[in-house]
Amino acid sequence: MVEFLTSQLGVSIILALVVIGVMLGSVAYCIFFERKIAGWVQDRFGPNRVGYRGILQSIADGGKLLLKEDVIPGHVDTPLFILAPAIIFLVAFVGFAAIPWGGQLQLGENLVDIQVAKPDIGLLYILGVASIGVYGVVLGGWSSNNKYSFYGGIRAAAQMLSYEIPLGLCILVVVLTMGTLRLESITLQQTEYWGGILPMWNVILHPLAFLVFLITALAESNRMPFDLPEAEQELVGGYHTEYSGLKFGMFLLAEYAHMITASGFIAVLFLGGWHFPWIAWTQPEATAWYAVIAKMLVLAGKITFFIFLMMWLRWTLPRLRFDQLLRLAWKGLIPITLGLFTLAVILVYVGRQQSLPWALLGNAVVLAIVLAAAGLSQVEVTGRQANLPSIRPGPVSTGTART
Amino acid sequence: MIKDDDILLLDEPRLNAAERLYIPQIVDGMIVTLRHLGKSLFKRPITVQYPEEQRQLRVENYRGVHRLNRDEQGRVACVACFMCATACPVRCIHIEAGESAWDDREKYPVKFDIDELRCIYCGMCEEACPVDAIELTPHYDLVGRSRQEMILDKEELLSIYDGTRDLKPRKNPRITGYPGTGNRPEQAEPPKDEAKA
Repeated sequence: MVEFLTSQLGVSIILALVVIGVMLGSVAYCIFFERKIAGWVQDRFGPNRVGYRGILQSIADGGKLLLKEDVIPGHVDTPLFILAPAIIFLVAFVGFAAIPWGGQLQLGENLVDIQVAKPDIGLLYILGVASIGVYGVVLGGWSSNNKYSFYGGIRAAAQMLSYEIPLGLCILVVVLTMGTLRLESITLQQTEYWGGILPMWNVILHPLAFLVFLITALAESNRMPFDLPEAEQELVGGYHTEYSGLKFGMFLLAEYAHMITASGFIAVLFLGGWHFPWIAWTQPEATAWYAVIAKMLVLAGKITFFIFLMMWLRWTLPRLRFDQLLRLAWKGLIPITLGLFTLAVILVYVGRQQSLPWALLGNAVVLAIVLAAAGLSQVEVTGRQANLPSIRPGPVSTGTART
Repeated sequence: MIKDDDILLLDEPRLNAAERLYIPQIVDGMIVTLRHLGKSLFKRPITVQYPEEQRQLRVENYRGVHRLNRDEQGRVACVACFMCATACPVRCIHIEAGESAWDDREKYPVKFDIDELRCIYCGMCEEACPVDAIELTPHYDLVGRSRQEMILDKEELLSIYDGTRDLKPRKNPRITGYPGTGNRPEQAEPPKDEAKA
């Protein structure tokens, strides 16, 4: 009857509360740092008026969104209109449940996992939950009963569906290499070493898959250069055109929560999660409380790095056109990931412990094939296609006007 | 019609294999933005923190709020010739002329209103003024709570002159033949046909 009342349950509940609190705070501060980085990249200061160096800016922003009038336009589908931001907000946060934050903790005689939930299908859970996010976007666009919002929702749906294929194939590469869907086992297996020195992180084994995963994660979280669903400058906002006040704020927060989820996901899948090589506290054997804190800090550091990378990319790259966006997914990333998937199958046969030289060779071969295909193919990447009729004007007859 | 010679057909440069992957270009761009980021973090950004820091303006030719100059006897220097109102491209200057009580000029402005919200600060009034009575000052932070407040009348404009006299002394070219309209001592005789009867 009371079997489930274990110390694991207590740790899970405490961790869930802590993680949600930290997440909400860090999401707010992500927006602040995004604006700061935007300022620095453009030789400006960024927000620096509210509090010391603008440190209270996100609280002021939140207060502003909270106090603003929350307009529900008369022509919208009200239940769905209210549901859409709730879905996208919820979904962006539930994914954290399966992320292993800090290995195991020695609590009395028991070893408890620093993880809210330990489903056997951890990877599928995160993927599935993340896919529900597309409902929030599409419902937001649809229920607004506004053509521009609807187009925004459609764009978002097409983009997310297209990029979920290379994303899924990249995850499949990891799953094949690791032979498990449990995120904690994936982390654990990455803590081993090749020759006692080089950590068996997946990024070393599958650098190309890591790169493609990074690109698709950007697209999945609607970040620049793939933020067409909400291209506020040239595409009339997109799915959240009709939203205001706190509902708009929830869309905004969800985008940043998505960024953190994606970063955590990348860190766990490819960079060994809480593991940092050569430091004893971050090895799986260390189970004291200070080791757990060290592991959490390592994971947080990795997540921070990826968030910074996403912001850095945002202020570097221009937005893709929509046809370029879909062409990149279907003609670029999917063939590459299929090649990487084949490579991963071969590497399973070789075995993970022996596969490092083969993996690097395979990645080099895939890269060479991609470069050759890119160099040899005659299709223009951008601009005018080669097979269109000439625009050179023909001879113009001058003289009397035709009657 | 466009002549054939004027049409320039450009071929887009072909990208090589590495460029078609876009990765090297993206890395290049990221290095550029990182350099700017580092510059802002470790050196000072170029922004002027406005209310605390003030920009260094060139007093001689900055075009801010207008002022209406006084002559050396403290009277309004304007002779109500309507040159500025005519030159004004947005018609923000409204003058009502009246017969002057002084014997060095025929007219003086009874009312002289400038709509500072309508003004585009082009400086044409300053160029047009024959007696250099209207000038633009380096003050740019003029604010008000209503539109009516931003229409400056003669007294306001004269008080702006009083406030900025030391910062930017009145220029003194005297173009008209009327004596005493400028601060420059009288040199030439007024033209006969324009002389006050």
